[in-house]
Amino acid sequence: MKELSLNILDIVENSIKSGAKNINLEIEEENKKDFLIITVKDDGKGMDDEFVKIIFDPFTTTSTNKKVGLGLPLLREEAESCGGGIEIQSKKGKGTIVVVKFKHSHIDRPPMGDLASTILTIIATNPEINFSYVHKVNGKVFKLSTKEIREIVGDAAALRDVTILKWLGDYVRENIKTLYGGERSGKN
Amino acid sequence: MEKIKSIEELRKLREHARESLKVRSGEAKVKIMVSMGTVGIAAGARDALMAIISELEKRQFHDAQIVERGSLGLDKEEPVVAVERDNKTVFYGKVTPEMAREIVAQHVINGQIVSEWVIAKE
Repeated sequence: MKELSLNILDIVENSIKSGAKNINLEIEEENKKDFLIITVKDDGKGMDDEFVKIIFDPFTTTSTNKKVGLGLPLLREEAESCGGGIEIQSKKGKGTIVVVKFKHSHIDRPPMGDLASTILTIIATNPEINFSYVHKVNGKVFKLSTKEIREIVGDAAALRDVTILKWLGDYVRENIKTLYGGERSGKN
Repeated sequence: MEKIKSIEELRKLREHARESLKVRSGEAKVKIMVSMGTVGIAAGARDALMAIISELEKRQFHDAQIVERGSLGLDKEEPVVAVERDNKTVFYGKVTPEMAREIVAQHVINGQIVSEWVIAKE
């Protein structure tokens, strides 16, 4: 993937496919300590230890119509080549936690890319899921939770309204821009 | 500098959403499905979806429901967008944001299938 925000979408899509009702995405970036950590926690069906052991094998997939799953193996390679790594903890019936770490300043680290579009994609296609997004950049924090948004707009159906989605997209985009100091367009 | 939006502004849009949902009683007239598997995402499904939302908003068309579906196994054709309208489902392949906007204008809103981009029908 050319952007980390696309990897994030791919990981969250895995959570959705696992039947999760609650998904927490946390991104933490620190320039001084030189790290970027992405954590996705879900309460989906989880995996047993045997499956977790082979999860990075490209020939491991839960898909019924294909034989390869390249999302996680490629992401691991990318993270490891950028001074980081990936950890997966999972319990069958409980859920999964995926933690991806990068050295922030590594020259090969893919850019974050259009994170606002990733967030909006998750909300627009799964308005009934409790999705929370916390993003910390050098001490500044932006939080968003679809549970709170649903309380404001009434219900999940209202979150399918395109006017509301457009507003949410702009809202997330503006706040991400502020996190990065207002100069960059979130493509850090 | 433009003032940052406040989440409270969303309350004002709530009424708007209620009105549009009232107009559209029951099931939406059109269902738009975007394939969100790993290959679809890598090929540009997210950007196609953003273009769809933007075009629906621009044209103030509220009678459509956007849903995602897993990979159809048509990796070579990703991003795949399917439009279900009038009891027919039409699949479009290699959908760019520009194509997505055209599909919304022609097919989703006006019911005219964009034949040249169709890869399958159901």
